[in-house]
Amino acid sequence: MNKFLKEALAYIDDRFKLSALLELAKEKKVPEHKHSIWYYFGGICLFLFVIQVITGILLLLYYSPSVDSAYESVQTLMSRVKFGWLIRSVHSWSANILIGAIFIHMFSAFFLRAYRKPREFTWISGFFLLLIFLAFGFSGYLLPWNELSFFATRVGTDIAGTVPLIGHALKNFILGGPEISDITLPRFFWFHIAILPLFTVVILGVHIILVQVLGMSKPISLSDNKVREVPFFPNFILKDMLGWLLILVLIGVLCVFLPWEIGQKADPFAGTPLGIKPEWYFTFMFTTLKIVPSHILFIEGEVLAILGFMVGGLLWMLVPFLDKKASKEKKSPFYTWIGAFILLYIIVFTALTYLVPDI
Amino acid sequence: MLSALAVYPQTNSCIACHREMGDELAVPVEAFKLDVHQEFGLSCSDCHGGNPAEEDVDLAKDRTFEGAPLREQIPEFCASCHSDSSYMRRYNPSLRVDQLDLYLTSGHGKLIKEGDTKAAVCTDCHGTHGILASSHPKSWTFPWNIPDTCGRCHADKDFMKGYRIPTNQLEEYEQSVHAYALFEKKDLSAPVCNDCHGNHGAAPPEVTSIAFVCRQCHPSTGELFSKSPHKTAYDELGISECEACHGNHKIFPPSDDMLGTGEKAVCIECHDPDSKPYKIASRIKKLLDDFVQKTDSARDLLEQADEKGVEVSDPKFKLREAHTLLIMVRNLTHSLDIPAIEEKIQEGEKVILEVHEAGQAALKEATFRRRGLIISTFFVFLLAIALYLKIRLIEKKNQAK
Repeated sequence: MNKFLKEALAYIDDRFKLSALLELAKEKKVPEHKHSIWYYFGGICLFLFVIQVITGILLLLYYSPSVDSAYESVQTLMSRVKFGWLIRSVHSWSANILIGAIFIHMFSAFFLRAYRKPREFTWISGFFLLLIFLAFGFSGYLLPWNELSFFATRVGTDIAGTVPLIGHALKNFILGGPEISDITLPRFFWFHIAILPLFTVVILGVHIILVQVLGMSKPISLSDNKVREVPFFPNFILKDMLGWLLILVLIGVLCVFLPWEIGQKADPFAGTPLGIKPEWYFTFMFTTLKIVPSHILFIEGEVLAILGFMVGGLLWMLVPFLDKKASKEKKSPFYTWIGAFILLYIIVFTALTYLVPDI
Repeated sequence: MLSALAVYPQTNSCIACHREMGDELAVPVEAFKLDVHQEFGLSCSDCHGGNPAEEDVDLAKDRTFEGAPLREQIPEFCASCHSDSSYMRRYNPSLRVDQLDLYLTSGHGKLIKEGDTKAAVCTDCHGTHGILASSHPKSWTFPWNIPDTCGRCHADKDFMKGYRIPTNQLEEYEQSVHAYALFEKKDLSAPVCNDCHGNHGAAPPEVTSIAFVCRQCHPSTGELFSKSPHKTAYDELGISECEACHGNHKIFPPSDDMLGTGEKAVCIECHDPDSKPYKIASRIKKLLDDFVQKTDSARDLLEQADEKGVEVSDPKFKLREAHTLLIMVRNLTHSLDIPAIEEKIQEGEKVILEVHEAGQAALKEATFRRRGLIISTFFVFLLAIALYLKIRLIEKKNQAK
């Protein structure tokens, strides 16, 4: 290391005490065992979130949040701005991979019982982050103001409108009126770039602090055994970075060979195109609502399905408090079966949406 | 209660009796329920006379009773209201009142006057007691039902025997570009029988008037044709204009192959290979083919770029401009004016050149992206290998400790 660099680092260290942070990171240990691979998905989510922030800020340089110019601004970005296509494609692809990574991270934490005492609030903050990122996906999808996003948003908000008691008010709040209009787009935009990022910073901060303070959970099956531990820095973080690089290559390949399409500009007066569906991560709910009978006993089927998802989501969030066995470091196969059923349900219904579109 | 009685419809003895009689005599009762006249509040007696308030048949058939008219009486029977402008104004002020006058000038009307009761009268096209407004999609006179309405008689060989006119018009029309526009594209403005032959005044157009019939929808083509050398020649030879090349009922979608000197070209039907017009036809075809080929080539480039994921909506929009110019060039061929065709093609080629350049730039961009991906992936993998080696080194050190 040359003299100048040493002096520069010393200057920074004197003022910011980075060496103290580094020492702390070196002291932090991460358990290493046969299920360790799942730990890396948290880091992948964080990496993808950083990509989202950077590309999102760059997109803001050209994006215009108005119904008259949103589509055109995205079109200009894709065709005339140097690397504009890349920035948008990276933003869109990494957003989708991020949602997928969050699901993997959440289910791996569930099956490894990482939610058990004392990490109940790490789980709950993670659950809220899932909701926030789903909201990011939903609000961001409309922003290019193309035909698919317009009608998918209409379908999505119509579903929100059927939520018992608050449905009507909720739909009005989301759209800024009873229907998608010129008010809706700026509203979605501000949700996407201001409100949701604010919530993310706070909840992600809590989530990361809890992970750092409580450390990483060991699976119950291994808790009695002596598990090898490796330093977080540099061992774990270097492996984390290796995963990030592979994700980066995947995103690059997707962007070059399948750049995110812009489609046709939305025409609110046109009829809803056939086969319209929401983003893939909402499709399991969408297909459920399509196949549910119109009435179950005396309740509307759609309303009952939405209530089911709401209650299911609530129970999923509260699982650390429901799984008493896990909190006592005992195996709880009942919850493994429940998790497996939910995972299978999501996979099957998502696949059905694409394989049997006329269901 | 009194007001309720006032609005309650009085018993109509015509309907009551005809319903009871059943079979053929009951048919009008059911059919009339959907009839446009019924919608306007008219009833049996408004056409047939009589007094429907009387329950006794003899009293109901009073001296105003006209009964069912004979076929040859039907035009006058309907016209008693439909030719009366003051009467028609009360129900449908926009409806014309000259149908009978026109009918009497038509082929059908003339035959009826001559005593041929097989000739079409009002009810043959409009129905009898279930008459629907022409704007109703189920009406026999709604655009997409008209070919079948006319075809009911004109495509019936037995019925038409003795009239010495062909019976293949419907079959030919169904293969035409006009039928495609009407039935496949659901374009209600596409011409059907009455748009060329007239409706109430239906008659086959004379050779000299066919061109005027086509010009109703194709005025620009007609104008160009009128300026061409063909106009004088056709007039002198007594050839009908448009029909000579495009046909009448079976008008296929025009293709570029109709031009020039190829097998499908219509020009060679009249012009000899050594003649000047033959060479002109060949020259026009060559100009057109070159322009089409350049347009197709530019389109192919854009499609290739599009498949490779490059945004090309701007040049695609520009290509539409070139396509419009191609349509104009095709139209100009009716003028046989080579300088005018060349001028329009030059205009189009400028546009195509821009599209071509944009397409090539887009393909270059696609190659640049792929190369960029390969190079950046190479460096990312190098970094990944370096990281992997570093991890192994650290792990070895840890194990040594």
